[in-house]
Amino acid sequence: MGVIPLIKAEPGIVARREQIVAALRRIVNPEAVIADEVGRRAFETDALTAYRRLPLAVVLPGTTEEVSEVLSFCQRNGIKVVARGAGTSLCGGALPAEDAVVLGLSRMNKVLEVDTDNRFARVEAGITNLAISEAVARHGFFYAPDPSSQLACTLGGNIAMNSGGAHCLKYGVTTNNVLGLTMVLMNGEVVELGGPFVEQPGYDLLGLVVGSEGQLGVVTEATVRILKKAEAARPMLIGFDQSADAGACVAGIIGAGVIPVAIEFMDKPAIHVCDDFAHAGYPRDVEAMLIVEVEGSDEENEASLERIAAIARAHGARHVKVAESAEESAAIWKGRKSAFGAMGHISDYLCMDGTIPLGALPEVLTRIGEICARYGFRVANIFHAGDGNLHPLILYDANNPEELEKAEACGAEILKLCVEVGGCLTGEHGVGIEKRELMPYQFDDIDLVQQMRLKEVFDPDWLLNPGKVFPLRLRNAA
Amino acid sequence: MPEIARPVDVDELARIIATAAAEGRALEIMGAGSKRAVGRPIAADAIVSTQNLRGVTLYEPAELVISAYAGTPLQTIETELAKHNQRLAFEPIDLGPMLGGEAGVATIGGVFATNLSGARRILSGGARDHILGVRAINGRGEAFKSGGRVMKNVTGYDLSRGLVGSWGTLAVLTEITMKAMPNAEEVRTLVIAGLPDEIAIELMCAAMGTPYEVSGTVHLQKELAERLENERLRGAASAITALRIENLSPSVAYRIAQLKRRFSAYGETAELDHHESIAFWRELQRLSFLTPSRDPVWRISTRPTTANRVVQAIAGYMECRAAYDWSGGLIWLEVPHSADAGAAEIRRVIATLGGHATLIRARPEVRASVEVFQPLEAGPWRLTAGLKAAFDPANVLNPGRMYAEL
Repeated sequence: MGVIPLIKAEPGIVARREQIVAALRRIVNPEAVIADEVGRRAFETDALTAYRRLPLAVVLPGTTEEVSEVLSFCQRNGIKVVARGAGTSLCGGALPAEDAVVLGLSRMNKVLEVDTDNRFARVEAGITNLAISEAVARHGFFYAPDPSSQLACTLGGNIAMNSGGAHCLKYGVTTNNVLGLTMVLMNGEVVELGGPFVEQPGYDLLGLVVGSEGQLGVVTEATVRILKKAEAARPMLIGFDQSADAGACVAGIIGAGVIPVAIEFMDKPAIHVCDDFAHAGYPRDVEAMLIVEVEGSDEENEASLERIAAIARAHGARHVKVAESAEESAAIWKGRKSAFGAMGHISDYLCMDGTIPLGALPEVLTRIGEICARYGFRVANIFHAGDGNLHPLILYDANNPEELEKAEACGAEILKLCVEVGGCLTGEHGVGIEKRELMPYQFDDIDLVQQMRLKEVFDPDWLLNPGKVFPLRLRNAA
Repeated sequence: MPEIARPVDVDELARIIATAAAEGRALEIMGAGSKRAVGRPIAADAIVSTQNLRGVTLYEPAELVISAYAGTPLQTIETELAKHNQRLAFEPIDLGPMLGGEAGVATIGGVFATNLSGARRILSGGARDHILGVRAINGRGEAFKSGGRVMKNVTGYDLSRGLVGSWGTLAVLTEITMKAMPNAEEVRTLVIAGLPDEIAIELMCAAMGTPYEVSGTVHLQKELAERLENERLRGAASAITALRIENLSPSVAYRIAQLKRRFSAYGETAELDHHESIAFWRELQRLSFLTPSRDPVWRISTRPTTANRVVQAIAGYMECRAAYDWSGGLIWLEVPHSADAGAAEIRRVIATLGGHATLIRARPEVRASVEVFQPLEAGPWRLTAGLKAAFDPANVLNPGRMYAEL
């Protein structure tokens, strides 16, 4: 078992489980309430699988009204609620509790409106990230944020975590691509924020809700910006003998005024695992590799990649290879996007998610290597180099209970290192339970207290997604 | 007018606010004051300016990040960025001249506190999209921070973004970390003269529906186009519609050619070269087309495809002149003087057609008597009031500037 403490369930609520389930079945379609243990078991964890809690009950609402009814009932009865999309959170952001109702939004997955003239789509929050792009693809449009889990993860979860992806260097993260929300507050009130407009009136409530980890309200619908697809995209691979050269090359590309759509970094262990899995055509004899992708017409891409290749050679690149076909391009991205899955085939791993200033990359990689060696773990590093978001994967053996504890301690040291060099604990996965107790390394108490005051505006009884984001010590003091 | 306090460090500023909170005194918060004439007039006991908190504290061109104290002039930051051929991509607009003041005096704190972004917002996002982190002092006089200096950061709630556009009513920004972006290698602009609003909007929406990353879509009605400083465009004596392309030079040439080919049916196009383009979009950034007049001005957000109907409907009530930015998603509307600057009719039209309106230029007595900022629905209003109380429970900071009750 891991070492992260979880809050204790309230026995009074757990004891009333039967009555609560019966009441929920009166509020919503009875079939939308899952009460049997086998059914609830499917919701006991998310992608941070070391932590599991059997929820009190699971409700799969079909409408905003049902969400409102359930929340209003739970608020009146002091019952906690954990909203859940696809359960792909890597930080325990959707971890339930024995005294909490899970509100699964996956049935609410409809596209409500597509407007290409005004460049927006209105969808239900349970829709998967990729399904939005698929729904607008026939118009030549797409939804830009592209987390690796985009096939499964829901927009609601993306909004909760302000998810990023490989292409956010150019297109921004979720908060830059959401225009409006329908959100249900814990008291059942339905609130509309923003809309199909470039800006919203008054305070940026939208900006505050995106990334609030499901603690301010339950988002049921969203209006998102859709963009016209580029004529073509083309990646290239650049291999280096030293990761420091790769870091300097990224700085060189950006410094030269070229902003590719993505710049991804992999170290040697990551290159080998991904290439073995996806046969991506990666150079296997280099210490570090960049995937750089540009967009435009074929001629434009040719010209951009030539410039980038020249910068790469000036930074000591040993291997420069432009994708020569759609198949090669797809293979390159298949390797990168399946990195987590590929790693899962060879070992259990913990995926870290700190962000660092690009200039600190060589130092941080060296020190991560030292930290992991000290714990006796192997590590593979994947890095969204354009924006500094670093994913060290710590390989450990989940069958050995001591190893998880050690791996968590190792991960915590890496995240503290990220903060020490001027970065942050999490770039795109969120805090959840995983990094909750590390928050004081990045923030002073007053910084966190100001965030907690915001929480109390939306959910004064602290019933929504409890036990996440804030150190338990502070919550108990508040 | 009360005296203006200009604290020289963050501790002094925090003490001033804490004291005011304890004594129940109201403070007007400003940077250089270039936008003081926007919003409801404030009955403050004292004025506090951040102007003496100045200086760039961090600039890493290769990481596209710059930090500065809130009182740093925007111009200082732009000069610093220009040394490395970079810029603020959201193209902050300068309200100074159109409000009767000087151009180029705004502070970076004021830019983010008001979230007033220019034409490039349609492609690159607004000020709120370029904030990375802040240090600020809340209405209790407590200094806190949010965000950081890296591009991607979801550690804790996004208070930084919440403070952008809050007009100094939640907290006083003391230091801001923001994204920098490289200057484009080349800029060119296509201009079509004489299009009716409806057709111009259709063209601008179609341009944004191409893959060519058009970074500015603006349409000025004839009366406003005739106020432009650019002689060639002023000389056209007609409405003008402008589309901007910024990119590497070979791409600019290709994309301009593609746009010309696709949109040839809309009429003859003129082209502004690199330097002329830069001057023209700078001029728009200063809102030169609104500067010669003192008539009230509204800033209206709506769907691009309803923008023309919004203007038509308002024109049914009053004589008005419109400029459309963001393909029509933003309307600058100049209206005749009246007791409420047309607020009743404009808000009625907006309520029917969708959107929101802010009164940007009007006499103080008008701003004191109408809702300058768009009135909110019950839900957002309750959250707004709650937010104010969470940051500034004693109502010390810019009370009444956005809403009479807060």
